[in-house]
Amino acid sequence: MTFVIKDCALIPISTGMRASNLSEFKFALNAAPPECIYHHFWGALLQSRFDDPEYKNDFAVWVYRDLRDEVLAELLAIIDPVDYSDLESLRSEIIELVEQRIEQKEWLAWIPATRPFFFLRSQIVVFDTGKRAETVEELATLLPELSPGSVYYHVVDARRRFPVGLDDFSAWLEGLGPEYEPLRESLMEIDPYFGSLTDLRSHLCEAFNSFLEGKR
Amino acid sequence: MEGLLQRYADVAGADAVTQLRQLAEPLQGIRVIHVNSTRVGGGVAEILSQLVPLLQELGLDVEWCTIEGNPDFFACTKKFHNCLQGAGDRPSEQDLRIYEKINAENAERLKAVLTEADVVFIHDPQPAALIRYFPERHGIWIWRCHIDVSHPDRSVWRYLRQFLKEYDASIFSLADFARALPHPQYLIAPAIDPFSGKNCELSQNFIEGVVKDFSLDLNRPLLLQVSRFDRFKDPIGVIKAFRLVRSFFPSAQLVLAGGGATDDPEGGAVLAEVRAAAAGDPAIHILELPSDAHRIINALQRAAWIVLQKSTREGFGLTVTEALWKAKPVIGGNTGGIRLQVINHHTGFLVSSPEGAAMRIRYLLERPEQARRMGEKGQKYVRENFLMTRLARDHLTLMVSLLRQEIERIDTTQWKS
Repeated sequence: MTFVIKDCALIPISTGMRASNLSEFKFALNAAPPECIYHHFWGALLQSRFDDPEYKNDFAVWVYRDLRDEVLAELLAIIDPVDYSDLESLRSEIIELVEQRIEQKEWLAWIPATRPFFFLRSQIVVFDTGKRAETVEELATLLPELSPGSVYYHVVDARRRFPVGLDDFSAWLEGLGPEYEPLRESLMEIDPYFGSLTDLRSHLCEAFNSFLEGKR
Repeated sequence: MEGLLQRYADVAGADAVTQLRQLAEPLQGIRVIHVNSTRVGGGVAEILSQLVPLLQELGLDVEWCTIEGNPDFFACTKKFHNCLQGAGDRPSEQDLRIYEKINAENAERLKAVLTEADVVFIHDPQPAALIRYFPERHGIWIWRCHIDVSHPDRSVWRYLRQFLKEYDASIFSLADFARALPHPQYLIAPAIDPFSGKNCELSQNFIEGVVKDFSLDLNRPLLLQVSRFDRFKDPIGVIKAFRLVRSFFPSAQLVLAGGGATDDPEGGAVLAEVRAAAAGDPAIHILELPSDAHRIINALQRAAWIVLQKSTREGFGLTVTEALWKAKPVIGGNTGGIRLQVINHHTGFLVSSPEGAAMRIRYLLERPEQARRMGEKGQKYVRENFLMTRLARDHLTLMVSLLRQEIERIDTTQWKS
C-alpha cells in the first residue's frame, strides 16, 4: 500500500463579519460559519512566524493584543481543539468562556478593541508532491524533508477527512498490520495543536525512528 | 522546464512551480483577461507586467488590457481613490457622469474581448463600472481591489458598490479591507517578481554609478523612501523624521524617489509641496524618476541603509516588499498592507508619527548588526510569502474554485484519478 505525500496551502476568505468589542465578538461567534472556528484555531499554523506565540488561536491573540484582557486570553488560549468532538461543541465552549467573563466584568463587553477581529474561513488547495513511500522505512526517510504544508495536510487536515479524527500516517499504518500498532499508538499520542508544524514534524520523526530502532 | 519557470524554481523552489503546473492543468484553453487603467507606473501595472507572462508560461491564454481615459476621468477616479482611503473631496455628479461615460466607451472598445472571456479580472475602481455594460457576459468577473478601503467615504463606497455587487468574487489584500459584498471575498496579498528590473541582482559597479549620478555617498547613512508623490505616502512626514535624525547623525542623507503614474493627476502638486518642505536642503534628494527607471530604483534600494514607507494609508506597499527582498530593514507606517510585511522588531518597525520614525531610524543606525539581521529575516519572509509564484498560485486557485464550483477544498490530486 503506497503512502502518497501531498502538500497544501490555505487561501483565506473573508466572511465580512467583524467585531470591535467583546459584545460584538460574542454575537459574531454565534453567527459565524463553523469553518471560521476551524480557521481561527488551525489556520495560523501555516502562517510564517518569527517566534513561538504565547497564544495559539486567533481568538486568544485578539483578546490579549487588542482587548488587553489577559484573563480571557488565557482561558481561550488553553483550549485544545483536539479535545472537542466537533466544531459546534468547540464554538459553545468559546462562547461560554466569553459570557462568563462578561458576567464577571460587564464593562468589558463595551471596551473598544484597538483593531477589530475579522472572521475568516479558508479554502484548502491540495497538491501532489510526487513523493511516495511503500514501506515504513521509506516513509521515515522522507519525513524530515516534509514541508509545513505536507505536515498540515497529513496531520491537521487529515482529522477532518475520513476516517475522521485520525492522521493519515496512523490510517495508513492500520492497513499494514498489527506489528505497526505500537507506532500507531505513539503517533496518536502526539498533540498536533500545541506547537509549530516544524515541532510536529520532529515529533513524527522521533516516533518513526524510535519504532524502527526498536525493531532492529 | 521552460526558462521563466526554471528561474522561478531556482528562487522559490521546484515544488512551487510543480504546484502551479498542477493548478494550471484544468485551466488550459480558457481565456483570461486582466483590465486596469495604466500600463506604466504604480503597483498594479508592475504586478500585471509580471503575473501575465508567468501565467502565459504555464500555458494559459491570458491578455492584459487597459482602459483609456481623459484628464477629467482620471481626476474623478483619483477622487474615488482618495475618498476610498478615507480622505479627500467627493466626486461631483458631473464627475460621476464622466466616469460612467468613459467606462461605457471602453466597454464598447473592449466588447469583443470581454464578451468572449471565461475569466475577467478588473483592477481597482477605474474600470469597475465596465461590468454594467456586459449584462449577458458568460465569463466569471472578479474585482481586484489594490487600495486600502478599510475606512471608505460611505457615499463613494455606496456609489461603487452598485457595480461591485454584480461581480462573482472580489479580492482584497487583507481582511481589514473586505467590505459587505454578496460574493466570496478572497484575501490575496500582492507579490514581486525577483527577476524584474526592480528586483534583480545588480553589480556593485552599477549601484555605485547610480549613487554617484545622484551625488549620494555610500559611506554616509542613506535613508530612502520610494513612492509616488502622494499625500497618503506622507513624504512630508519623512522629511520631518529625517530632520529629527540629523541632529544625531549629521551626515545622514535622505532620498525621496518617485515616479508618476498616468492615472494620478495630483503627483505634480504633491511634488511641489515636498520640494517646498525640503527647502533646498542639500542632504535631501528629491528624485523625480521616469516610470521605467526600475534598475535605478533597484540600485537606490540596494544602496540604502534603511528603507522607509511612512504611509498613512497603504493598500499593500510593494516598495516595502522590494526593500525586504534586498535585505533592508523597513520602517513603515502602521497601516494597511504594510502591517502584513513589516513585522515589528523582526523585519523592521511600524510607526505612527514622524517622531516614531525618527526614533526607529536612530535605533537602527546605532545598531547596524541588528539592522542586518532584520534585513535577513525580511528577505526570507518575502521568499516564503510574497513572490510572484505565490500570487500566481492564489490566482489559479481562485479561478479553479470559481469555474469548478469547488469552494472549500480543491484537491488537484483527485483530478488525475
